[in-house]
Amino acid sequence: MREGIDTADAEATSDNVAVQRTLAGDRDAYRVLVERHSRNVFRMAYRMTGNGHDAEEIVQEAFLRAYQKLGKFAGEANFGTWVYRIAANYAIDRLRQQNSEKSRRQMPSSPDEDGLEIDPLSNARDPAPSPERLAGSAQLAAKMKEALEALTPAERTAVVMRHWEGCPIEEIAVVLKSNANATKNTVFRAVAKLRKALEPFAATNQAARAMGTES
Amino acid sequence: MKHVTEEELIAYRDRESSGREAIVAHLKECPECARELEQIEAILSALHTLPVPEPGEDYGQRVWRQIAPRLPEKKAKWWEALFLPRRMAAFGAVAALIVLAFFVGRVSKGPVTGGEAADAGTVRERVLVVAVGEHLGRSEMILMELANAQPEHGQKLMNISATQKRAEGLVEENRLYRQTALHDGDTAMANTLDELERVLLDIANSPDEVTPAQFESLQKRIESKGILFKVRVVTQDLREREKATKPSPAPENSGVKERNKT
Repeated sequence: MREGIDTADAEATSDNVAVQRTLAGDRDAYRVLVERHSRNVFRMAYRMTGNGHDAEEIVQEAFLRAYQKLGKFAGEANFGTWVYRIAANYAIDRLRQQNSEKSRRQMPSSPDEDGLEIDPLSNARDPAPSPERLAGSAQLAAKMKEALEALTPAERTAVVMRHWEGCPIEEIAVVLKSNANATKNTVFRAVAKLRKALEPFAATNQAARAMGTES
Repeated sequence: MKHVTEEELIAYRDRESSGREAIVAHLKECPECARELEQIEAILSALHTLPVPEPGEDYGQRVWRQIAPRLPEKKAKWWEALFLPRRMAAFGAVAALIVLAFFVGRVSKGPVTGGEAADAGTVRERVLVVAVGEHLGRSEMILMELANAQPEHGQKLMNISATQKRAEGLVEENRLYRQTALHDGDTAMANTLDELERVLLDIANSPDEVTPAQFESLQKRIESKGILFKVRVVTQDLREREKATKPSPAPENSGVKERNKT
């Protein structure tokens, strides 16, 4: 544990040195930062978007934006957290844009709280498949993916950051440009929607069994 | 009995709820709420099982290659930029290369024959082989020093600033040789130099003083890349190439022998 903290500490210090060098005109120092944090950002971006192509674009854009704004970073957090936040912001913008394009192509319907999406649960193609038909990890994964895609960008961001990445509420609130209470509500809404969409599994704790996660 | 709401259960699961004790007590007595909590847990556990593709060990390098051409130069104050240790080292490397080229050119210069006229490329390669060999030797020394260093008993901080500065000095030089290797189509050499550059950058960007644990972490990062072994392999290969590019023995009465001596 102590070693983990020391490693993180060493990385953060090394990151700050690399930031200072980059700001002094040494462009190659930025390479250390890109190589060190790309994979982490990719994982989050993939979870947000659900596809590799979008995730890769988010990673690249996040590091380009971070480079442009590096003067504003000034060691406020650690670089890893900072670039992660930039990526999450870009991912949420991108999801919103994609959703609004999608809804323009679809029949008009009532917007939800974000004013951007149609009711996510009504998007589900097959709202109540039987547990038997869905038994098995592949089907559950597909159903979960579908349920995640049906969330609003804010909800998806909240649930990914909170329950996948384990980010604190305050961190998510910064990305959502919201306050802690509203963020907690967004997390709650997201989980409630997932639960409703996956009710056939949740009813008997089948989700964990099917995926082999039950202890 | 008043049930716990779904929102409270989610907050409880997230350790965000106030009044946890009351919820715990309620859950012990209420199978309905306990089941609901179990369902929430099942859904959130299932979330973790969604696969995320592994982008690969070299993903960071790929991202760098993609974005590097799109990064504008940061405008540092000109004297800061000029006197960055790495820049100064590069000037040194270029100067060394020129001197070396001149020297090797003199050494290999003899009476012009048909065969020697075609030797310009060989001379250039020899210059590179010697220069890169020296560069790798210096890099290997840094890597060895770091690999073998141990904190003294009870030492709280280790000063690695000297090694760090030497690594920093080698970065730009390394890049010069890597670009030349790429230009010459020597991808194996370019790849090893690329990996070495990353390790040198990692060392150069470490703090001046590190705790023993931080130092060990740096050692592990270097070791995990197996760079020391790769550098040795390339060095060995360079020695072979150096032998192959050595000028053939000059005729007995040639002045070359005399020049070589000097």
